[in-house]
Amino acid sequence: MKEYRTITQIAGPLVFVEKTEPVGYGELVNIVLFDGSTKRGQVLDTSDELVVVQVFETTAGIGKDSGIRFTGETIKMPVGRDMLGRILSGGGKPIDGGPEIVPEKRLDITGAAINPYARGSPNDFIQTGISTIDGTNTLVRGQKLPIFSGAGLPHNQIALQIARQSKVPGSKEAFAVVFAAMGITKEEANYFMQDFERTGALERAVVFLNLADDPAVERIITPRLALTTAEYLAFDLGMHVLVILTDMTNYCEALRQIGAAREEVPGRRGYPGYMYTDLAGIYERAGIVKGKKGSITQFPILTMPGDDITHPIPDLTGYITEGQIVVSRELHRKGIYPPINVLPSLSRLMNLGIGTGHTREDHKKVSDQMYAAYAEGNDLRGLVAIVGKDALSERDRMFLEFADIFENRFVRQGYNEDRTIEDTLNLGWNLLATLPVEQLVRIDRDLINKYHPKFTKAGKAEG
Amino acid sequence: MEVKTEKPKSDTTGVLKRIAGPVVTAVGIDAHMYDVVKVGNEELMGEVIKIQGENIIIQVYEDTSGIRPGEPVINTGLSLAVELGPGLLTSIYDGIQRPLSVLVDKMGDFIQRGVSAPGLDHAKKWEFKPLVKEGASVGPGSIIGEVQETNIVHRIMVPPNVKGGVVKSIKAGSFTVDEVVCTLDNGVQISLMQKWPVRVPRPVNEKMNPTVPLITGQRILDGLFPIAKGGTAAIPGPFGSGKTVTQQQLAKWSDAEIVVYIGCGERGNEMTEVLTEFPELEDPKSGKPLMERTVLIANTSNMPVAAREASVYTGITIAEYFRDMGYDVSLMADSTSRWAEAMREISSRLEEMPGEEGYPAYLAARLSEFYERAGRVMTLSGSMGSVSVIGAVSPPGGDFSEPVTQNTLRIVKVFWALDAKLSQRRHFPAINWLNSYSLYLDSLHDWYDKEVSPEWNTIRSWAMEILQKEAELQEIVQLVGSDALPEAEQITIEVARMIREIFLQQNAYDAVDTFCDMKKQYDMMKAIRQYSDLAYAAQSAGVTPQQIISVKSKNDLPQIKFIKDYKPSLDKIQAEMDAEFNALRSAA
Repeated sequence: MKEYRTITQIAGPLVFVEKTEPVGYGELVNIVLFDGSTKRGQVLDTSDELVVVQVFETTAGIGKDSGIRFTGETIKMPVGRDMLGRILSGGGKPIDGGPEIVPEKRLDITGAAINPYARGSPNDFIQTGISTIDGTNTLVRGQKLPIFSGAGLPHNQIALQIARQSKVPGSKEAFAVVFAAMGITKEEANYFMQDFERTGALERAVVFLNLADDPAVERIITPRLALTTAEYLAFDLGMHVLVILTDMTNYCEALRQIGAAREEVPGRRGYPGYMYTDLAGIYERAGIVKGKKGSITQFPILTMPGDDITHPIPDLTGYITEGQIVVSRELHRKGIYPPINVLPSLSRLMNLGIGTGHTREDHKKVSDQMYAAYAEGNDLRGLVAIVGKDALSERDRMFLEFADIFENRFVRQGYNEDRTIEDTLNLGWNLLATLPVEQLVRIDRDLINKYHPKFTKAGKAEG
Repeated sequence: MEVKTEKPKSDTTGVLKRIAGPVVTAVGIDAHMYDVVKVGNEELMGEVIKIQGENIIIQVYEDTSGIRPGEPVINTGLSLAVELGPGLLTSIYDGIQRPLSVLVDKMGDFIQRGVSAPGLDHAKKWEFKPLVKEGASVGPGSIIGEVQETNIVHRIMVPPNVKGGVVKSIKAGSFTVDEVVCTLDNGVQISLMQKWPVRVPRPVNEKMNPTVPLITGQRILDGLFPIAKGGTAAIPGPFGSGKTVTQQQLAKWSDAEIVVYIGCGERGNEMTEVLTEFPELEDPKSGKPLMERTVLIANTSNMPVAAREASVYTGITIAEYFRDMGYDVSLMADSTSRWAEAMREISSRLEEMPGEEGYPAYLAARLSEFYERAGRVMTLSGSMGSVSVIGAVSPPGGDFSEPVTQNTLRIVKVFWALDAKLSQRRHFPAINWLNSYSLYLDSLHDWYDKEVSPEWNTIRSWAMEILQKEAELQEIVQLVGSDALPEAEQITIEVARMIREIFLQQNAYDAVDTFCDMKKQYDMMKAIRQYSDLAYAAQSAGVTPQQIISVKSKNDLPQIKFIKDYKPSLDKIQAEMDAEFNALRSAA
């Protein structure tokens, strides 16, 4: 392999190399330092005169005397069955002291887009055991559902609870967790690792760790390595894979950093104009392929800068993912766990996974009714602050109270509390029963007759 | 038969000089703008988008990883064109009209590159029935025969870009799309297929005024903010406000004969939902699968960005082709913001001077060119056809002041303002009745008068007035509570609530409520109006608002939505309402 010593410029994570043989776009590059160590990079721009290489590690130590080797192929990830239970760096190297991965295949990390025609329709209900997700923002297999959080909120606990409790009721299929950490602290990483070990989840997990002090540019490839692994586990080995990506905000920061180094025209708030397409290249790798056994379900976690849901990162994410789970500082302050605010939360694929044959026939209507009642009660809180409770009509007071019980009984649950979907829906009916029947305008009469505690036998016996 | 202009053939092969993502530079070819070129050893499809001295800048429709400088570039000399002919319906294409099902067969479940696939099936034979005789004189756009494609009749036309003449020979029988079915005396040969460059609007005889509404079965749309056939509408919505569901409802239920649905840079799973749902959906009019009158274009967000840019043109060209046969076509583009972003991405790779928020300065021009391709027209053959364009925009952060939304609003005539706040309350369709508008109300006035009821236009204005009033009253209620309002206004609040919950809310997932015809809309609104009239009369007769609001019979009104044969129940409720109010009045 030819080695070039024609570096002309180094700027941030970018290295400019002159006069080379023709080099392919996106090719993997090895940079050999004076002490013999190598760093890896990728070709971002190639022409007869100049090649721009983006280095995945710090450029410290690279100089005009460094050698550049073009490998002639794009970045590939060695994948194999024995990756399960392993901890790898953000660049894909084992860091748990174990042996190298024995590759069964080497896969391109960019990943090709699933042909929309070949996609399977996601409709298997996943029970997470958390009422605010199962009941009102139902997750289905093959979905990508991000957690929008803020600094200092318990998104990690929620993600872990989901990873621990998620199951498709009544099915015993092989499943795995792929966990990719981007720029999180060692402490946070330990928290995840300990929980994985405590619950035995590590055996069926593959962990990629890019910590806060690891090179920021490495974060660009970490999620791609993780998803390539996930695709192998899902579509080659037939497993149901849950991918947790945290924290996507750090990923986007790295993207911005590279854009700035390349002197690109910046888009909103300095993020590159292609961030949507770039993020889509990550999130869209969730899904099901017709005729294949496995599936990829994604849980990206991101912290919204300044709790601002209109910030480009949550905004563009929300346009690609199928809904979002929003963690609320207000509920957290009230001491409610999990502090999931159902009002701005949404699962776009919910309707595919609920109802007769999936959960229960009354699921949608109960969910809609609770949502509407809670939204109304929540609005009234603003009014109460101005005029006081006494000025409300009787009807309004009932809705106001509903909002409180909804938060305290439906939203609030234990860190280890695993509610079945039946529990969640029955709980919903019990809460709705505090409202007069004629206020339940979103539910058909026959469902009310069948499930409303006032009309069911059990309810009548109690009443 | 060939694409519009023959270009002078010259140097057709050059070499690649620079590759930076989807934009590459070539030298040594003598290209024209928007020529289709084949890039690299794998012959990836691309299009010339800039000429700079020796350098020809090309956007490539496929992933360019691994392509090196020095690889060949071949100029085809043709513009990016689509194949138009029998076989379009029921097809599912990517942004450059490659059938996705063919791509699965050729390269598996994942989109690989370097595979070409024609838009139409060139082996399939179609039964052609001539409609003109030998010796008839025909011009560009004349219908010469037909093919029963699905339950839709596919009319075969003289391509608009050839000279007319006298039919020398025409034959019935079974043909592939390439075989000649008709020859004119001037030597023009006509087959079942024609090609048309996507960036050029197809010619029409005359653009007409839109005077017929596109009936969608969605109460808030047909009833309050109608779009005309051949009109343009925008649905902007922050994410999570039900934009996609609204668009899918439109595709399913609108009374256009042909539906073209462009999934432009949207979610894969959502596209799959469309792809699996459409074939199963029954067309309410023919009883056949809805897919039989649909063309789907799916270029998801992670498919190549240049193909996303082209997808919108591919879609509208297909829509225009069916319009030229005399059909009413509705085209949904979801989402034009993703299309604009594709333009921005390519523009920034070209290192063009950016306009507002990094979008290219030609954004407004491109958007208006696109929407201007909508319209109700007299076709070249003299029949009436229309293309209605419904474009979704996805304003970042729900901020309507951003360039794509603003430039779109300057062009479109209907605005259906989706509102996240409403969807949080599960008010669906979450279209805000205060911010939405339709500029077609005047031109459609006569139609509603004649086809629905002479009362309709009045009752519509009445409903809008009540809703407007409610918004004002709500501000007061926020401050002082509803009990502090005067009695009459408490009733207004109640009537507005009924309009919102009974008329405006509609359940897309309920088998009956998903489609509501104008007759039922009128009956429902009239029942609410009846309650309103009775309520105000009772109030002036001294009945208290509490009594009026707790009238029992009106509580059954929402259930009307879910009953197919609603008339008997509605009559019963209306009679009960009369009786209850009579009792109240005589008690007072």
